[in-house]
Amino acid sequence: MLIKIPKSSDLKENEVTPENVYLNRRDLLKGLVFLGAGALLATASTNANAGWFSKEETKKFKTTPLKYTPDANTDKLILTPESKVTTHNNFYEFGAQKQQPAELAQNFKVNPWQLTISGECDNPMTFDYDDLTTMFTLEERIYRLRCVEAWSMNIPWIGFTLAELLKKASPNSSAKYVLFETLHDPIQMPGQDDRRLGGGIAYPYVEGLRIDEAMNPLTLMSVGLYGKTLPPQNGAPIRLVVPWKYGFKSIKSIVSIKLVSKQPQTTWHRLAPNEYGFYANVNPKHDHPRWSQASERHITSGGLFARNRIKTLPFNGYSEQVSHLYKGMDLRKYY
Amino acid sequence: MSNKISTAKKVLMLKVIIHLAAFFPLFNLYYLAFNDLLGADPVEQVIHFTGIGAFNLLLVTLTVSPLAKQFKQGYLLKVRRLLGLYAFSYACMHILNFLAFDLQFSWALFFNEIVKRPYITVGMIAFVLVAVLAITSLNRLKRKMGKSWQRLHNFSYLIVILVAIHFYWSVKSELISPLFYFLLTFALLAFRYKKIKALLYH
Repeated sequence: MLIKIPKSSDLKENEVTPENVYLNRRDLLKGLVFLGAGALLATASTNANAGWFSKEETKKFKTTPLKYTPDANTDKLILTPESKVTTHNNFYEFGAQKQQPAELAQNFKVNPWQLTISGECDNPMTFDYDDLTTMFTLEERIYRLRCVEAWSMNIPWIGFTLAELLKKASPNSSAKYVLFETLHDPIQMPGQDDRRLGGGIAYPYVEGLRIDEAMNPLTLMSVGLYGKTLPPQNGAPIRLVVPWKYGFKSIKSIVSIKLVSKQPQTTWHRLAPNEYGFYANVNPKHDHPRWSQASERHITSGGLFARNRIKTLPFNGYSEQVSHLYKGMDLRKYY
Repeated sequence: MSNKISTAKKVLMLKVIIHLAAFFPLFNLYYLAFNDLLGADPVEQVIHFTGIGAFNLLLVTLTVSPLAKQFKQGYLLKVRRLLGLYAFSYACMHILNFLAFDLQFSWALFFNEIVKRPYITVGMIAFVLVAVLAITSLNRLKRKMGKSWQRLHNFSYLIVILVAIHFYWSVKSELISPLFYFLLTFALLAFRYKKIKALLYH
């Protein structure tokens, strides 16, 4: 099997945290849970079920290598180490703390899987697990992921365009929006049944795009990263990647794609409409009410002293490809 | 026999425990963070850890006098200042983390955020008040201030409420932890119900 790692990644072995050291950090942390700073901390910032006092989950989810066309773009971005991409996740279904999904999602079952496309289309379809990686030619796309929390990563995704997928279903003329839904399975996704663990958002998670956004060639359905199938914490077996929008738009572990005629209600927008818009395009000029969006911390390797604060670009640097979609729209109103 | 342990010894032992329990976590935290062993984003970790740590220590500080009263262990009051100073130290690190590692000494952004974001404004007010209490905890100043010292240090009740608000407003969606902290805060203030009532209507 050919696994081609792009040269531009420029990652030396010593820049990646060794896995055993990474896993041991929690043992080190456990040692400090004590009185004052520690005793209450355990109840406050880390769920007690999530590994502070329980045995560490040792069985790791198995990913498999994929065949794909490497990203042809020559001025590629420096990649965020794989160990960081797979341990710093906002996937509240598996816990609202960044490290929790990597800990609590390892037994997630992705096969069998069903992804249905329905709604305003002539050819509703269902894909099973094997279809996801075999129906389309897979390509690598190195994108910057910009979280609404003002941090970013560069990730080598593998997948195919959403446009290719939707065309198979032949959307009809009433298909103005696309609605995505994450699997709802509280037994496997403990956060869906536990307000504290799941961060108090409504489940199942739903997201949406306008049809022209969905058809844009940048919009990717990702089935893998770093040469292999997705780990569950990153949204296995299939997730959306919309690089010019804040990360929460890029919904994970999708089971349903519905073509609809009206703008759908989406999870974060419904929870706090003044903080999270439907469009959620990366926009350095429009602050989140609680923090500035003008700059971001770019997560690569390096500890506390990494000088990683960079300016945030309009549309996360993808203006050329997408700004035409919003011509004449007031982006302050439609944030 | 146990009665023979002198108060001074008890206080000393307690202080040693407090130093260890408060200092070691900080040492460990920064050791891991500097070596990039604290998850993918050590910056977020150190900010949250020191923030919640400061809050915890503040609550522990406020537990001292109800405990001492309830169990008639007056010597406990002798460790209250140390706990308060550790709360202040954690708060200092919390803000320093934000300024140095998150904003990376972008002072303009720092002041901008203090003014623009209500949760940071509230947190900053609490910090300034804590700093004033920390400075005036020096014995010499305390003596000099006489009665006004106690009046000043009653601000700790306001501080803990401001910190609870700061935490509540800072979270994205998970409200259970901040609400739990509100509960703790009000429980501790409830012990001082009469005193606070008198302060408010005086």
